[in-house]
Amino acid sequence: MSDSALGDVKVLDLTNLIAGPYCTKLLADYGAEVIKVERPGIGDGARRLGPFPGDVPHPEKSGLFLHLNTNKQSVTLDLTTQAARAVIKELVKETDIVVEGFRPGTMARWGLDHDTLRSINPTLVMTSISNFGQTGPYRDFRMAEVMVYGMGGEMYSTGIAEREPVKLGVNVLLYQAGATASVATMGALFAARDQGIGQHVDVSIMETQVGSIDRRMSTLIGYQYSGDITGRSPLGSGGGYPYGAIPCSDGYLEISAGRNYFPRAVSMLGSPAELQDPKWYAPGAQRDPDLKEEFDTMLLTWSLEQTKSETWAIAQESRVISAPLNTMEELAEDTEFNSRGGFIEIDHPVAGTLNYPARPFIMNDSPWSVRRPAPLLGQHNMEILNRLGYSSGDVVRLRQQGAI
Amino acid sequence: MPKLPLEGVRVLDITVVWAGPYCTSFLADLGAEVIRIESLNTFVPLGRGPMAHPTEEDLKGMSPWAGATPGRVPGARPWNRYPIFNAHARNKLGMTLDFFRPGGMDIFKRLVKISDVFVENNPTSTMENLGISYPLLQEQNPGIIMLRMPAYGNTGAYRNHRAYGLHIEGVIGHTLQRGYADMDPSANSTVLMSDAAGGTQGAFAVLAALHHRKRTGRGQLIELSQAENALPFMGQSFMDFSMNGRNASTLGNRHPYAVQGCYPCKGDDRWVTITLFDDKDWAAFVQALGIPDWCREEKFADAISRYRSHDELDRNIAQWTEQLETNDVMRLLQSVGVAAGPVMDQRDAYEDPHLNEREVFEEVYQEDTGTHRYPGAPYKMSETPIKIRRGPVRLGEDNEYIYKTLLNCTGEEYAELEAQGHIGMDYPEDMP
Repeated sequence: MSDSALGDVKVLDLTNLIAGPYCTKLLADYGAEVIKVERPGIGDGARRLGPFPGDVPHPEKSGLFLHLNTNKQSVTLDLTTQAARAVIKELVKETDIVVEGFRPGTMARWGLDHDTLRSINPTLVMTSISNFGQTGPYRDFRMAEVMVYGMGGEMYSTGIAEREPVKLGVNVLLYQAGATASVATMGALFAARDQGIGQHVDVSIMETQVGSIDRRMSTLIGYQYSGDITGRSPLGSGGGYPYGAIPCSDGYLEISAGRNYFPRAVSMLGSPAELQDPKWYAPGAQRDPDLKEEFDTMLLTWSLEQTKSETWAIAQESRVISAPLNTMEELAEDTEFNSRGGFIEIDHPVAGTLNYPARPFIMNDSPWSVRRPAPLLGQHNMEILNRLGYSSGDVVRLRQQGAI
Repeated sequence: MPKLPLEGVRVLDITVVWAGPYCTSFLADLGAEVIRIESLNTFVPLGRGPMAHPTEEDLKGMSPWAGATPGRVPGARPWNRYPIFNAHARNKLGMTLDFFRPGGMDIFKRLVKISDVFVENNPTSTMENLGISYPLLQEQNPGIIMLRMPAYGNTGAYRNHRAYGLHIEGVIGHTLQRGYADMDPSANSTVLMSDAAGGTQGAFAVLAALHHRKRTGRGQLIELSQAENALPFMGQSFMDFSMNGRNASTLGNRHPYAVQGCYPCKGDDRWVTITLFDDKDWAAFVQALGIPDWCREEKFADAISRYRSHDELDRNIAQWTEQLETNDVMRLLQSVGVAAGPVMDQRDAYEDPHLNEREVFEEVYQEDTGTHRYPGAPYKMSETPIKIRRGPVRLGEDNEYIYKTLLNCTGEEYAELEAQGHIGMDYPEDMP
């Protein structure tokens, strides 16, 4: 598509599961032509992870796979065969970017390392996304998502002092890793287009957390500056009040109106006479546990009488920084998100029509678009191989060899 | 010597707090000339730090990530010394300018004329009050790229709603999917995943627009709603709702089907995470532990039974980990192919042999803080290595270069702007 931002960019996608596919989804959804290589008969591991409609597993109906692979084409290749590697080398000739997510050393074992591929295409960008990076003592370690957060991110200070550290929600760190890889990949594409430089980009999922603005960089630098470790705080010991998730009649409202913002909270409660007492505004009032308790009683008496969305509206009128804790259902049915186009219905030949998360951002002159749903396994084998000059007879032979 | 990928691209940056500044830090790392514009007459809460003029007492009461200035003392210019700001301020230039004072908008327009990208992350009404809009920028520079990063959007009923990342995550459903499974959400920590998502994908958006401009010659307006931007991260549970009408809730540290937990180790507040995905992992784990008797019990015989007896299994695993150092658990279990790793505090990270061998931390000097080790770019590039070329930018540090060299201000003009309160390196003394 000529009017999309990356319409002239070609990507060969050798990734699996979440981080790599999310990186190439960003490229594909903003216009790049992405050819996804999957293992014959098995495909991307995300095809076996759910959710599935009615919880019945089906390789073409995985919600995770459908979400992460919009706008991509699928070709099946068994990279352990010479014939399949020859196809990769053909594809590399017409590719700007290869993104791969195999264990470090795998591409080299197959003779598909960056040096080899760059000898075929000198301006090739190759991005490798791995758990710990392509070098270093942990290079070959096994990884789980919780481990990424524990070793790389700010898990140590997440949770309460009385308990074990606790992770974030489902897989968000792997999406963050994929997004980071997309930035690095685009940077390398600039060097390729402007200066004719092909290069290898090494993305360690662990390091995308070490360098994350979600508290980790600040706590690391705070430690450098002062020697102070950031740990978990005891339950209910947040700075100032009101602060945190407060209960309403149908759920919770997250609220930050302590310290300097306390007058906004008073206004939110209708500025009652008892909150005009100077004791609330005395130095140290925001650190006084008795005052906090007195205030919380007043606050909860008020908030429990109304829904979280009613409470949110009143809070925002007083410019109180706040938001409801939504379920997926409440989010999916939210009028504002719907009217702005936050979700999109996509029709898929096997999975049917479903509601998906839509564009992360709106580009006014080169829009995000869904040109095709996630591909069926090997859906584009014939089309892509024919384009490379393989005849229908060649394709049959490749299939007999188990290469596709 | 190859140039950095974005050399020659100039970015104007009026972003605040984290999401916006993180976006421009990616652009600065890649070689863009990022000019941070700040006002001497406004101190944005959580921008350059909690307070412009803190006492030593104030600093002692602050969390390390916010208020741990070097040695926990204010120094001559405390606003150049806070971790909350210095985390994202590397490789940038800094100037001061007050949009609300006479001459401010004129200087801004002159900057727009010579720039490629403009980034902001303010509430919609703030930008309206400033009178800064895409048409205004286009009048100065038709090829300009403008990235706006409001919390929910520049249109719609939420356009002026106040939010930090914590609140955005509440709205998009992340908060109800994290935290302890047996406690209510009021026990949840402040987490700012959506700031990371916003900054990262904001940088991707700018790169995509720059790429598009090379081909078409056209700039454009990009609107990144921080809530919509982080929504794809919820994909799995969003699709589960679409397919099955199900509302995901938190699993704590547990995994949907593997055995997984965070277990105590020897020492004070030391923890390790372990994940046993399948029977092969279980067999290796049991071997590594020396096949203790409890492993042979019927209730741990297969994956389904183990998941059913997860609580009891956790107690047994914890009794084993409690006797060991975190790194010993990692080494032992990784040597048999089991996913296990320590929960690293900040000291652990700086001492970690893997991160050190990969040169993740870079030693950098800055005039007001001295020399320290900072986390660098979160990726490695083989031919155009990305380094911290310059320490966290100080308030107004590059006024001379920007006003005189880039904007060709005369000495007289410069002095006048200084007298009007535009130019300087210090906040007024009466600013708290």
